[in-house]
Amino acid sequence: MTLQSFLLLGAALFAVGLYGALSQQSIVMLMMGLELMINGLIVAGGAFWYFLAPETADGQVLVLVAITVMALEMAMGFAVVTALFRAREVDLTDEAKDLKG
Amino acid sequence: MAVAFWILAVVSVAAGIVVFVVDSMARATFALLASLLAVGAAFLLIDLEYLGVLIILMMVMEMLIMAVFMIMYMMNPAGLMPMKMVHNNRGAVIISGAVFVLLTAGIFLTSWPQRRGEPPADPTRELGMAIMGSKMLVMMVIGVAILATMISTVVLATHRGRYDRYGEDLKRRRPLDPGPGQGPGLPAAEHHHGHGSCGSPDPREESG
Repeated sequence: MTLQSFLLLGAALFAVGLYGALSQQSIVMLMMGLELMINGLIVAGGAFWYFLAPETADGQVLVLVAITVMALEMAMGFAVVTALFRAREVDLTDEAKDLKG
Repeated sequence: MAVAFWILAVVSVAAGIVVFVVDSMARATFALLASLLAVGAAFLLIDLEYLGVLIILMMVMEMLIMAVFMIMYMMNPAGLMPMKMVHNNRGAVIISGAVFVLLTAGIFLTSWPQRRGEPPADPTRELGMAIMGSKMLVMMVIGVAILATMISTVVLATHRGRYDRYGEDLKRRRPLDPGPGQGPGLPAAEHHHGHGSCGSPDPREESG
């Protein structure tokens, strides 16, 4: 159990989440990819606290912020999907790319 | 300890992969829950009892709520049909694989600094003292962010009702979305009923 092994777990979760966020067509599935990415960040934050700087609580506070962001992201994501679905009956990313450059 | 960590790590990553493999979105939600629970349990191994338990409790509730939404938006109830809804699958695999290789290289090539100090006897107490003391601003900002999210989610998700009335006499409806994919197409008469903002004239429109 070392810093590297924890960071490796974080990187693996981040990469899997990135795959989901890039590839999923359904907006709600895309959000699950984002959740997995934040999950990886949480692992890395906790590992940095324990293995590098356990004296101060900075790492713990960072994890707390990341967990909150995860919950807020889910709430906002579902609200946006609901608004989009009410307005246009759309729940796929490919049907909501009007602003694509 | 090390064995427990590696088991949890494998479970967490495997469950993360399962999220994008299973046919049903509800099952995907519970796979995501398994991934998050494994991370919460891994936190128990590094003295972060409070944060580990917090992750476990919070994510159980969050994923149960998420499952309800998932079922709402599920186009393939119960996973009866194979569901493969991806775009640019190959590109996504390449990009995420490259990111993983890059991160792994960074993890093993960086010379990480030495550990400073030892974990305190009670990290939870340390965290509590920090967020009520030197890190209070962080928690206050989070509080405002939560409030803003609550308000904006309600605003976004509520049905457009009596406040969506435009025009001088408040009889106009919301302008239609000019972009493609605006749901069921309305016939022209219905389309122009009550709004004149799309540019094309409507003989029934009384005043501009």
